[in-house]
Amino acid sequence: MNKLELQKTANEVRKGIVTAVHGAKAGHPGGSLSAADIFTYLYFEEMNIDPKDPKKADRDRFVLSKGHTAPGLYSVLANRGYFPVEDLPTLRHLGSYLQGHPCMQETPGVDMSSGSLGQGISAAVGMALAAKMDGKDYRTYTLLGDGEIQEGQVWEASMFAGHRKLDNLVVIVDNNGLQIDGKIDDVCSPYPIDKKFEAFNFHVINIDGNDFDQIDAAFKEAKATKGMPTAIICKTVKGKGVSFMENNAGWHGKAPNDEEYATAMADLEKIGAELGGAN
Amino acid sequence: MADVKKIATRESYGNALAECGADFPNLVVLDADLAGATKTGVFQKAYPDRHIDCGIAECNMTGIAAGLATCGKVPFISSFAMFAAGRNFEQVRNSIGYPHLNVKIGATHAGITVGEDGATHQCNEDVALMRTIPGMTVIVPSDDVEAKAAVRAAIELEGPVYLRFGRAAVPVINDTPDYKFEIGKGVLLREGTDVTIIASGITVASALEAADMLAADGISAEVINIHTIKPLDEELVLASAKKTGKVVTAEEHTVIGGLGSAVCDCLSQKCPTPVLKIGMQDVFGESGAANALVEKYGLDGKGIYASVKGFV
Repeated sequence: MNKLELQKTANEVRKGIVTAVHGAKAGHPGGSLSAADIFTYLYFEEMNIDPKDPKKADRDRFVLSKGHTAPGLYSVLANRGYFPVEDLPTLRHLGSYLQGHPCMQETPGVDMSSGSLGQGISAAVGMALAAKMDGKDYRTYTLLGDGEIQEGQVWEASMFAGHRKLDNLVVIVDNNGLQIDGKIDDVCSPYPIDKKFEAFNFHVINIDGNDFDQIDAAFKEAKATKGMPTAIICKTVKGKGVSFMENNAGWHGKAPNDEEYATAMADLEKIGAELGGAN
Repeated sequence: MADVKKIATRESYGNALAECGADFPNLVVLDADLAGATKTGVFQKAYPDRHIDCGIAECNMTGIAAGLATCGKVPFISSFAMFAAGRNFEQVRNSIGYPHLNVKIGATHAGITVGEDGATHQCNEDVALMRTIPGMTVIVPSDDVEAKAAVRAAIELEGPVYLRFGRAAVPVINDTPDYKFEIGKGVLLREGTDVTIIASGITVASALEAADMLAADGISAEVINIHTIKPLDEELVLASAKKTGKVVTAEEHTVIGGLGSAVCDCLSQKCPTPVLKIGMQDVFGESGAANALVEKYGLDGKGIYASVKGFV
């Protein structure tokens, strides 16, 4: 996909996020929207996957370590063709295959159940290790929140990945700067994030995580990096694309009401129109 | 008992893994800097490429095992029970239990027979914790023969399994030609009519000793080895309770949530029966020689004999 196509697709993914969370009357739009461009790039450009064969043996793997942003993952999976986009509003409903946090047994395309923060990255490390042990060339990607990296297990996993030189692993940090209780540097600062991963023997790339040129360059650089895992620290805007949600910690885990939903969708329709309509 | 062969079940665990290595090429073993103590070093020596030392980071080890399992490996994670089940509880629940991944937890140094290290390392709560996780199989082998059979059976069972091993050498009691191990099937070791003693792990040998002493007093005790706490062999437990009308459970574990509770859960619903639960009575352990601790907390043959005597 070219940049414009990626931008248009990401906008559709954002509509799906807002629609899912509105349908659920609960969920986490802020961190789903901030990472929508990363989700889109991974599933439409970067990863070797097949929506018709979600469990294909040598596919690339993705673990959503910040599992509460399941609406982002579900929306990109739906838009990529794993299941119907029309099912997104069933998110969190009783009997839905779209659980509040990712469940690998319920949802096609979900490679690992996650949601308890700090645990997903370890599973991703295990997948990358399995590929190395078996001499396979599939790659593993995991997305973490910048609040999530306050969890100690993240650094246990990072130490191991660096030690084992897992160059088939890409750790992506969605640095939107906000967590439930406020700004991450007010609550318990994880900064400098890049220096920490460097200290754990990662190749580190800092980018604007809402800019597809920079995202594209970073993932290409990661693929070319040998002998160490890569961490891509993505500076993003929480709630990106929806005017009243942007940079507002209050939209970390809250659903829009009908009126707010209409405003949010109007914002995204406008962005879509500016991009020149559908792909 | 002087001439009875004694082996710690952690030794059996390491040996069984090494023996299974050739039959199960997907078997991999993870450790957290305790390969020497958990005895998985034996496997490491035989299959260095399939042994992964994660350093002192049990929670990460658990997640790595989960990731390996999604890629077709059959990982065993090894540590002391305190860390494998205690520190790790939520990782086991969410990264292994919830997705029902094919990870085996080999927990050594369980219970008070850890000995001199004292209460911080004596895990008397692991069976209770692991039993609460949906889909988790929980096995507490009683000796070398059973421990080795349990490891192989766990590999052959698809899904998460918690295996509990001890540090101290224990008598080999299942070294008989007709011994057969089946997950979820208890073993009737001795028939009796006055009282049923249900034991697991190290207390199985103690229960047999106690039954001998009780016999000398004219009390006929039935002895059952429940090596699989979950799923419990309800059929065997119920049949024996109906026959004797009195049940004693004996475990090297807190009486809250372990074997005794599992038996009570079954009996209270299906055959209300008076039950005496022998085990750690809601207390922490302490430093001391393993055999001295077993005696102090009433888990040896004499202790079980005395408790049963007061109950029947």
